[in-house]
Amino acid sequence: MKIIVTIKQVPEANKVAVNPKTGTLIREEVESILNPFCEYALDMAVNLKIQNPDLKVEIIVISMGPPQAKSALLRCLELGADKAYLFSDRAFAGSDVWATSLTLKEGILKKIGNFDLILAGKQAIDGDTAQVPAELAENLGIPHVYYGFDVEIVKKRINVKKETEKGYQVIEVRLPALVTISKGPSSIRRLPSMRDIIEARKKPIEIIDAKSLNMSEKRIGLNGSFTQVVKIFSPPIKEAGEIIDGNDSVNAAEKLFMFLKEKKIV
Amino acid sequence: MLQINVENCTGCKICEQACPYGAIIIDPETKKAKVLDNCTLCGSCINVCRYKALSIKRVMIPLENLKNFKGIIIWGELENKNGQLQFKKVVYELLGKALELNKEINEPISVVVLGPPRISALIDELFYYGADIVYLCEHELLQEFSNDGYTTVLTTIIIDKKPSIVLYGATIKGRELAPRIAARLNLGLTADCTGLSINKQKQLVQTRPAFGGNIMASILSPYTRPQMATVRPNTFSKIKLKQPKKCQIEKISVKLEKQSIRTKIIEEISSKTELINIEDADILISVGRGIGSKENIKLIYELAQELKGIVSSSRALVELGWTKHPIQVGQSGKTVSPQLYIALGISGAIQHLVGMQTSDIIVAINSDPEAPIFKVADFGIIGDLFEIIPQFLKLCRKNKESSL
Ligand SMILES: Cc1cc2nc3c(=O)[nH]c(=O)nc-3n(C[C@H](O)[C@H](O)[C@H](O)COP(=O)(O)OP(=O)(O)OC[C@H]3O[C@@H](n4cnc5c(N)ncnc54)[C@H](O)[C@@H]3O)c2cc1C
Ligand SMILES: Nc1ncnc2c1ncn2[C@@H]1O[C@H](COP(=O)(O)O)[C@@H](O)[C@H]1O
Repeated sequence: MKIIVTIKQVPEANKVAVNPKTGTLIREEVESILNPFCEYALDMAVNLKIQNPDLKVEIIVISMGPPQAKSALLRCLELGADKAYLFSDRAFAGSDVWATSLTLKEGILKKIGNFDLILAGKQAIDGDTAQVPAELAENLGIPHVYYGFDVEIVKKRINVKKETEKGYQVIEVRLPALVTISKGPSSIRRLPSMRDIIEARKKPIEIIDAKSLNMSEKRIGLNGSFTQVVKIFSPPIKEAGEIIDGNDSVNAAEKLFMFLKEKKIV
Repeated sequence: MLQINVENCTGCKICEQACPYGAIIIDPETKKAKVLDNCTLCGSCINVCRYKALSIKRVMIPLENLKNFKGIIIWGELENKNGQLQFKKVVYELLGKALELNKEINEPISVVVLGPPRISALIDELFYYGADIVYLCEHELLQEFSNDGYTTVLTTIIIDKKPSIVLYGATIKGRELAPRIAARLNLGLTADCTGLSINKQKQLVQTRPAFGGNIMASILSPYTRPQMATVRPNTFSKIKLKQPKKCQIEKISVKLEKQSIRTKIIEEISSKTELINIEDADILISVGRGIGSKENIKLIYELAQELKGIVSSSRALVELGWTKHPIQVGQSGKTVSPQLYIALGISGAIQHLVGMQTSDIIVAINSDPEAPIFKVADFGIIGDLFEIIPQFLKLCRKNKESSL
């Protein structure tokens, strides 16, 4: 059984901020990390591999991104993936959701071929869009289930526990299918051992450019994107509120009461 | 590709600081900007460059070709509340926004409603909030939401009606449905918008937060129609008209086969406490790790009862298993925007702030004066919540007695 995990390398969000005076971004040594939700998706794949030894699960991680994204793929290999593909080309830059999903689709069809299951992260923390997986599924012509937190393989189908607004649903779907993962498997996660780290370096990471995917310039990157970012700016800054010392709790409670009374809440 | 006009570049380094990916640097030798391989063409650098030294070549298509598309379509998402079907609040918020956009474009506003037979009684309300037309699609197989079924019906309507704009709530369902439709129709889609406006070229300007809310990006779909966006609940206001618009309902006959819906719901679990939707609450009392133990949350419920509010929480408590995910506020939980948000023992990590910072009034109690939650608070108390809340409850009760 082939499980594909789509992963993205992202800048650590907490460290990106806007300088209120100049309106420019302040990056203090922004580190690139494996998007946490993609890591959950990988954990889910590894869990399925462990639980279904008879299915001979092969885990293939793929990413579209700059050459640096190789390190995120390497981390996936350390965490239990078997093989990695990086679709990397200057011409892919500027891809929006559509162009990204199309490139991933071509990559999957041309380099991997048949597969049984695709696991993706619920969202990438840089863009927070959560849209690439559904577009990828549609482009591949397979069904998708979002917000899975548990996946069970039952013959040619899977049962996915899916978060809903009110609790959860169990969704049954035939393979091949795509599932996005919002939370890792509950089993304790294992940190890569020294041996995993050494083994990972022997596993293949193939880097593939636009030409090998036989994609025309018009369909990739900025040219192939339907949406375009025209402006980036800092969010409006809120005026500072009133902050009081609460050491004298009686006094603080009174002030809070007065504040809420003014606002007609109490 | 990002193009650098070397003649204009002064080597001022502003672009270097502006790039979220570290993909543009000032070459130490030439003292001019240089693009690295990891440039994503996001455009952050172009906006900050004061010397017009940076540009991206974009393909453009004549706007004339897009003129055949007219009208704003809103997906009228239904929810089941205590056994009763009703529209989600965001549907009315989208109508309110559409009325505003219409000051610039003046096109018909329609709502598409998908559901089981006999839902027509619900739709009269929509005409009070700005709908000109309601497209009604009733079918047994639309009783339960499915990506396959809903995509098929909505795409047929979009192809037939040729709107210029289609809007969806960025709800759990909206976020998985909209991209499927966008991919089927080969359209651009902007997710999770918090701002929408119309520019001089009559294009839809879609503004959304990125990087956990640290920066905002304005996005266009210059050459595809309709322009599609999902919009965060609780960001726009609904507008009730004095007079409802003339009721125009068009029933759409739906052809749908059971086997074309590839997912099957085999179990549905919801617990009583989770039935409360924190997105709709006017007052939220939100609790974080500062509460110390699961038992102590009782105190928060007491406060919620006193203020007629609903309890929500940070992700830390969900991870500890003290509260459940449906009441989690933040990036990986829900976006809320109540009249009053009281944060108790919540540090205010960026992932939490993005989910609540548009609340009307924010009150925070935290023992750490450096806690980032104070940056967004309208009223903050640096102190121990276990000291202050009981005192506050006393005051509330005294106040009630005296007003009796
Ligand atoms: C990808 C990703 C997504 C995330 N999504 C979310 C999300 O959706 N929502 C979310 O909330 N978080 C999210 N987080 C986690 C977030 O980064 C924080 O870890 C989390 O919000 C912290 O919760 P907290 O404020 O309750 O706990 P802490 O950060 O531990 O803060 C507890 C606070 O309580 C105060 N305190 C302690 N005792 C008292 C007392 N007696 N009286 C008053 N104050 C007291 C402390 O000073 C402290 O500030 C996400 C993280 C990642 C990486
Ligand atoms: N460039 C990419 N390469 C591989 N997978 C991606 C890429 N972008 C997004 N994804 C996948 O789609 C998920 C959601 O991303 P997004 O739609 O960008 O929020 C991620 O967690 C990944 O699994």
